[in-house]
Amino acid sequence: MDVLSILIDWFPYLLSGIGATLGLVLSALALGFALGLPMALGQVYGSRPVRSVIGVYVWFFRGLPILVLLFLFWFGIFPGLGLGHLPAFVVGVVVLGLRGAAYQSQIFRGAIQSVGEGQMVAARSLGMSRRTAIRSVVLPQAMRIALPGWSNEYPNMLTDSAICYAIGVVELLTITTRIVTLTYITMPIYLAAAGIYIILNYGGLKLLHGLEKRVEIPGFGAGTV
Amino acid sequence: MDQAVFIFEILFPALMQGLVVTLQLIACSAPFGLALGIGVAAGRQYGGRVISWLCRMYVFLVKGTPLLLLLFILYFGLPTIGITFTAFTASVIGFILCNGAYNAEYVRGALMSIKDGQMVAAQALGMTRAQAITSVVLPQALRRAIPGLSNEFIYLIKYSSLAYMLTVIELSGAGKLVATEYFLYTETFAAVGIVYLVLVTITTVAVHILEKRVAVPGMIRATTAAQM
Amino acid sequence: MNNEYVLKVEDVHKSFGDKEVLRGVSFNVRRGETKVFIGPSGTGKSTLLRCINQLTIPDRGRVWLDGEEVTNSGARINYFRQKIGMVFQNFFLFDHLTALKNVELALLKVKGMGKAEAREKALTELRQVGMEEWADHYPAELSGGQAQRVSIARALAMDPDVILFDEPTSALDPELTREVLEVMKRLAREGMTMLVVTHEMGFACSVANEVLFMENGVVVEQGSPDLLLHDPRYTRMKDFIGRLDTFRGD
Repeated sequence: MDVLSILIDWFPYLLSGIGATLGLVLSALALGFALGLPMALGQVYGSRPVRSVIGVYVWFFRGLPILVLLFLFWFGIFPGLGLGHLPAFVVGVVVLGLRGAAYQSQIFRGAIQSVGEGQMVAARSLGMSRRTAIRSVVLPQAMRIALPGWSNEYPNMLTDSAICYAIGVVELLTITTRIVTLTYITMPIYLAAAGIYIILNYGGLKLLHGLEKRVEIPGFGAGTV
Repeated sequence: MDQAVFIFEILFPALMQGLVVTLQLIACSAPFGLALGIGVAAGRQYGGRVISWLCRMYVFLVKGTPLLLLLFILYFGLPTIGITFTAFTASVIGFILCNGAYNAEYVRGALMSIKDGQMVAAQALGMTRAQAITSVVLPQALRRAIPGLSNEFIYLIKYSSLAYMLTVIELSGAGKLVATEYFLYTETFAAVGIVYLVLVTITTVAVHILEKRVAVPGMIRATTAAQM
Repeated sequence: MNNEYVLKVEDVHKSFGDKEVLRGVSFNVRRGETKVFIGPSGTGKSTLLRCINQLTIPDRGRVWLDGEEVTNSGARINYFRQKIGMVFQNFFLFDHLTALKNVELALLKVKGMGKAEAREKALTELRQVGMEEWADHYPAELSGGQAQRVSIARALAMDPDVILFDEPTSALDPELTREVLEVMKRLAREGMTMLVVTHEMGFACSVANEVLFMENGVVVEQGSPDLLLHDPRYTRMKDFIGRLDTFRGD
């Protein structure tokens, strides 16, 4: 049968993998953000015990291969907690999210620490509580500083999402291999999948760069007083 | 089964065997990945239009593709057009390509942070471009790139686990086999995790020592400079 | 506790490590007074100001604002800081906000003003310091003198009982220094209570009600500028100025 017509037939199915992959990636990024930012605040402003616990968390989730984390959670922890009935997708989001939080927390931490001390001093001198000062003065600046570094989390998460294939999450790579097995057409399908990943990758980065430009402030960058 | 028996007579030997394979994978990949990274960064920075473009393309394509897909292409895809690799070889090639691409970015950043004056001064002394690059710019750039390169090396340690998906029984694969056979998942993978954590921690410490050893007074790391 | 004094500072001590920077400083400030602190660098003058609004916690000593104790006030310190304004050597303007928003922020977040009211007030204060036209500019777009004037407006907007100026012109070029000193002189004339740490002798002598000369963490001489400059019994400050002039080559 003509390779090209087979490709065309199966293309829609391949594309459906995009939705699943993006769902996985965006959910994991959101989870990573929701946990990572508080952790960064804890590491910068928290007490010694808090900082230690967060430090251990970060060390653990950054030190283990994703494959091992996926196996650990899918075969061990989730069933152990009685959650073995949950779909692999959920486990994928949780693992990638928890790991993403470890990485994101360090990005945010660096950004918060690079906001000049004077900003906090001035805010407090006006009578702001620590909380208000952090929320209204430090974080708005820190988030802008963090944006370029944080943008890197997207391509990382995107390429990491493919590893979820190992526990059967239905994302782009899984669908790709299914099509290959069913049609026996290997290289063209693989290359098409690679092409899709590349487009998703750089398309997303373009959007993030656009965002960077939108929130830019004249003269502002890391290292201001 | 008695836990102690399990750990010492079954799990430990299996993991050690897997660890050996993991170390072999890393040992074969790291040097070439480093060389490739340096070469591609230099090629992009100093090469002519064509070479520079090729280097950019290589990094662009590899960074945009999941490593696992790359491995599948090398091991399952290429045979359909006549190129066959063993699982181990395909894994190593994939790791070298991936490691090389990310290394190239770190070295490139470091190269760009070296002041132009260094190159100019070297050439004024009569050095050819190649000599100036290898004797003056690279030694400085590589010191600056140590944090990034070591970061990438640690990633290599971790993604070596993907070789299991190509049926290479390295550390993670060994763990999975034991876990599925004895139904002791959490314990086994926890043990596997500990081994990786040990590997990563040892590497981190070794890198700190390395940095201190090769440090030159007055040369600040790129990351520190960026924070100033 | 009489309310004749806006600010009472009693026996403030502060050490950093084993370096004793403040060794027992006491003074009282009446409403509308301008007190200027002069002295060699490192004698704790800036630290003293920060001990007043507790940005630095003194090891010993107490501070009262309008009869209420500021030291040891726990969470109430935020309330006191609204009433004690501060202007910093490095301005510390909020870099991510325009001049207008810089002045508005505390009004909105700390005083809980409505948006329109805060904007009104912020514009008024900016007008006071001559920066109204630059309301929508960011700190990075302003000269040092302009930035410092905005930071004065920011402090003024809180309607403080007293403003602390911590070497407000030390980071500025001579030309820019003048515009800031002009604003400060006007504030003093209009009756603002001010504590100023500065090296600007001209300002000190023309505007201050009282000059306090500090050396080694204590107030060594204090009195009206006239007294310290011309009365033969007071020598320390004259000596210091003499040395200053030698270095500055005036």
